[in-house]
Amino acid sequence: MIEVDLAQSSVRELNQRLHRIGPGDNEHHWRVVNPNGAHAVAVGLTAPVHVEIKGHVGYYCAGMNASAEVVVDGHAGTGLAENIMSGSVRVRGNAAQSAAASGRGGLVVLEGDASARCGISMKGVAIVVGGSVGHMSAFMGQAGTLVVCGDAGHDLGDSIYEADIFVAGKVASLGADCMEKEMTPADFDRLADLLGRARMAADAARFRHYGSARRLYNFHIDHAAEY
Amino acid sequence: MASAPRRYSAAFSPEVIAEIQRAANEGLYRIRGFGTLRPLPSFDDLVLLGASISRYPLEGYRERCATDVTLGTRFAKKPIELKIPITIAGMSFGALGANAKRALGRGANAVGTSTTTGDGGMSDEERAESDILVYQVLPSRYGFDPAHLRACEAIEIVVGQGAKPGGGGMLLGHKITERVAEMRTLPAGIDQRSACRHPDWTGPDDLTIKITELREATDWEKPVFVKIGSARPRYDVQLAVKAGADVVVLDGMQGGTGATQEVFIEHAGIPTLPALRQAVEALEELGMHRKVQLVISGGIRSGADVAKALAMGADAVSIGTAALVALGCNRAIHVEDYTALGTEPGACHHCHTGRCPVGITTQDPVLESRLDVAEGARRVRNFLTVLTMEAQTLARACGKSHLHNLEPEDLAALTVEAAAMAGVPLAGTDWIPGRSGQ
Repeated sequence: MIEVDLAQSSVRELNQRLHRIGPGDNEHHWRVVNPNGAHAVAVGLTAPVHVEIKGHVGYYCAGMNASAEVVVDGHAGTGLAENIMSGSVRVRGNAAQSAAASGRGGLVVLEGDASARCGISMKGVAIVVGGSVGHMSAFMGQAGTLVVCGDAGHDLGDSIYEADIFVAGKVASLGADCMEKEMTPADFDRLADLLGRARMAADAARFRHYGSARRLYNFHIDHAAEY
Repeated sequence: MASAPRRYSAAFSPEVIAEIQRAANEGLYRIRGFGTLRPLPSFDDLVLLGASISRYPLEGYRERCATDVTLGTRFAKKPIELKIPITIAGMSFGALGANAKRALGRGANAVGTSTTTGDGGMSDEERAESDILVYQVLPSRYGFDPAHLRACEAIEIVVGQGAKPGGGGMLLGHKITERVAEMRTLPAGIDQRSACRHPDWTGPDDLTIKITELREATDWEKPVFVKIGSARPRYDVQLAVKAGADVVVLDGMQGGTGATQEVFIEHAGIPTLPALRQAVEALEELGMHRKVQLVISGGIRSGADVAKALAMGADAVSIGTAALVALGCNRAIHVEDYTALGTEPGACHHCHTGRCPVGITTQDPVLESRLDVAEGARRVRNFLTVLTMEAQTLARACGKSHLHNLEPEDLAALTVEAAAMAGVPLAGTDWIPGRSGQ
């Protein structure tokens, strides 16, 4: 276990040390203390390391993550795990807006709530939120899965492409071109598997499935009101 | 008895009537490529004041006039060094075919300058063919890959572009082939509408943190450019500088596009001329002129344009449409295909259709095969060389041993409008409208 104290060391030094880890290195387990809301903590990681951050982080924690497993033992600011490629990011508290924005792969688990635009522009990431999500979550979601164990705010899935959304609680409103879809056995199995991987004790049978109505895929005058 | 001459309405000209009827028929705004078609104040409205007795010229063929420029000297560990102050602007793989990307890269390499990716990410072809590649971070984040971020020479955060400030990109379904769709994680064949806002930041304070994140992810090595469309350049340039940009790229109203609503192209933003002046003034107010480099684009077509832009205070220019024209855009070959598009060579702006007769803005393998990469690269190299030589010619005539020694005092305006917009005197006077107290 390597411990880095951000009260003594800069974020730049931390990130550069994490970036220097090579395939043959043995520095697999890191603990970061005193983050005190710092921005860009553990961004751009490419090695399969475990990084545990003890405290709250600011913007873009674990941004562009690939392969690494990052755990935030606190709350996270805007853009947590934005553009995540692979690996996993877990937040034991809440996340501010745009969590997992544009994520292309990997798993993001938020044990608390997520604010607005959770999963905006998602491109393949799997997101599991233990609590509720704010408005316009999964906005323009292209691929991947957003699972919300609590409630969803207004305009869920606005302008969604091929991402899937599962919500256990109430949905304040659906956004343009988002509709409720059938929960097939395959959807159910995928959801149950994801809940298990996220270690969320939620019953997959409680969830409803939402996705794209595909009315906005090509311009059509009769759908102009939705553009 | 002779018939009376026909009279046409100025407000409802035949073109306007045709457009109203087209809109009523199709129920969709007009979408097209290229840039503004209507006349706008431009660098043509300025002239350079060659030396005579009061100024001393340099010999045109004997005395050196340097052209190099370094971009990203503010924070980046590895600024990019260009041999000429003319770069290739961001154009997406998707809007352009792979051969066009290859040819632009090779042509740029030959003269020591950079090319830029576009919406949709970095294609293997452009990385392989471009020695100096600027990687764009766009609102859509289509194909955004941190491995590509680490593989580029500079990063460009795209906030907007001159053809559509405030709008996102557009790529119509017939250009969303399987490969383009896969790169963008989209279904093939859909009309792709890129986001106009970034998904993970809003406003200048967030942008500051976003730039920091990109620097952290790349260990502070790469210059970070911020590209803006020309709407309110005085404010936007200052906010970009405040946010930590190494380089500001300002795209004027005449900047081109692969596809967007025509109402955007013709009616949003301000022309390159006043935008450049406001950007330079904004940098000067902050004491950051020449510390944060300024790259101007939008309607640059000649070495004269380059020289005038640098004289107004730009550090470099960027070309998009002109580079495509050099490649062969609107060339009079395969005329029957222009006819099929309802146009002709010299008037084609049908990039959005994917049916480019010369194989540049297409994903169709048959059409794309019409663009020979080696020949295209040679033409791009030649054009960039001519632009540079023309700019040097004018700079030497003004007595400058470096293109960057050109200055506003070397300029005069031919129209009152251009004098006001560019902030240089109307030719033959000391009058700068709006400044001279008259």
